[in-house]
Amino acid sequence: MSNEVEKPRRRISYLFLAIILVTLALSAVALYQALAEYDAGNSGSGNSLLLIGGSGFALSAYMLFQTRRKTMRLDIKEQPVVTTIACKKCGFKNIRDFQRGDYIFKEAEPCPKCSEKMSVASIYREVEEKH
Amino acid sequence: MLIPQVNQIAGGGDLVSWILQIAWLLFFVVFMFYGQRIQLYVMIREIEGSLNRLKLLRDEGRKKAIQTIKELGKPETDPATRVDQFLEYFILQPQNMDPAGIVWKLEHLLDVMDVRFKDEVKIMAPSADETQTRNLENTLEVALDLNYFYKVVRHFYILGKKTVSLYVIMQLQMVLPLIMRIAEAYASGLKAITYGQPIGDGAGALVAAKLMQGYEKRKIPKDCVVATVPFEGRTAYVVKAEGPGGNVGKPGDAVKQIIEENEGKIANIIMIDALQKLEGEEVGEVAEGVGAAIGGPGVDQFKIEETVLKYKIPVNAVAIKEDAGDSVSAMRKEIFDAVSVAIDRIKRVVRERSKEGDAIIIAGIGNTIGIGQ
Repeated sequence: MSNEVEKPRRRISYLFLAIILVTLALSAVALYQALAEYDAGNSGSGNSLLLIGGSGFALSAYMLFQTRRKTMRLDIKEQPVVTTIACKKCGFKNIRDFQRGDYIFKEAEPCPKCSEKMSVASIYREVEEKH
Repeated sequence: MLIPQVNQIAGGGDLVSWILQIAWLLFFVVFMFYGQRIQLYVMIREIEGSLNRLKLLRDEGRKKAIQTIKELGKPETDPATRVDQFLEYFILQPQNMDPAGIVWKLEHLLDVMDVRFKDEVKIMAPSADETQTRNLENTLEVALDLNYFYKVVRHFYILGKKTVSLYVIMQLQMVLPLIMRIAEAYASGLKAITYGQPIGDGAGALVAAKLMQGYEKRKIPKDCVVATVPFEGRTAYVVKAEGPGGNVGKPGDAVKQIIEENEGKIANIIMIDALQKLEGEEVGEVAEGVGAAIGGPGVDQFKIEETVLKYKIPVNAVAIKEDAGDSVSAMRKEIFDAVSVAIDRIKRVVRERSKEGDAIIIAGIGNTIGIGQ
């Protein structure tokens, strides 16, 4: 494994690109032909050409859209983790963001109410469930 | 016969119409003869996307591991090369032609691997304390797994491309969503492990930690702690892996030792562990069962089963259900809340399955990262 982190690349085959471009060109011609047929009063042929040109155009545009270089990113959602510090004697609770070094049952600062030593009662994250 | 019909549809006999007709005919011919190959390329492109994502996850794991080693271990030299070597570690499974005694061979190999990993981490991060060393070891193990996923998928991807085999690619494409789920879960759990946050897998350890709070603990082999706790009129030996560093211990050895210390006079064993939920089940559901609730390579389960069989001790299990992703990510509130429910269920099981004055064992299984005792 190299020390440099390589960026993922997407390679597009030239043949694939050529096929898409030819389809695109043919679709454009078919659409043009459809207009010409409508002008000549042949609506039946015009409809067929419009259908062929339209679907060819949509298909090639979609394929071209798919081949574009996408920037891949790490979309890992980080959910906030909270630490609850509680006093066993008076029940005082302090909820704050997790800090490195916290662990459940770790002794914490004295209770501001009764000066008894508090401890970490819980560490968890809350997740919004997608249905 | 077809050409005049197509010609009629295309609406004219000029050059453009002819080109269109030929293009459509070509389209059908190509799909007729090369349909499978086109399907193969579509699959390859899909796999390529997932492979790129796996590469990102693998690189993220490696980056996080190096960062954490630098932060906590304060090494004098750049740990990148050493981390890269670590990510390539492998374990060769023992030969199973004669399966008798394979458990002990596997245990020995796992012990050797454990020692080797610990030593590697100590060399890479000389300033890290015991808890940080364990957390770093867990971080590197996650990075190693992510690297392995990437390399295996890449292997079959290249093999499929080389052999132009639809079946190799198809098999890979079928299992890829499951591999990606696990890889994503590992990657999202990286932060929790590097920071030493409790993870979902620690649900069982948390149950034991809550039960042993305020009672004297002693260390027990290997990497476990035990406390003697009065529980519902019985004497409970509560066992868990020693925290708060990332550690699963060897509960098999611990349970065996307690049973032997008591000359087999244990009325019941209750094991609590996280259990992978089925789709549709709720996270944090608590379920009861029988048997040694413990995952991993099977060595500890084997030892417990051997010992309880010898002394005819019933083994009950209480499981906290969670997703595979939850088990390696920071502990969810639902799992934390389920711990109290599990304790109530243990109380009920103890009352129903043993008599007052009996000695019982309550073993909280799982990675105790971020959980003290």
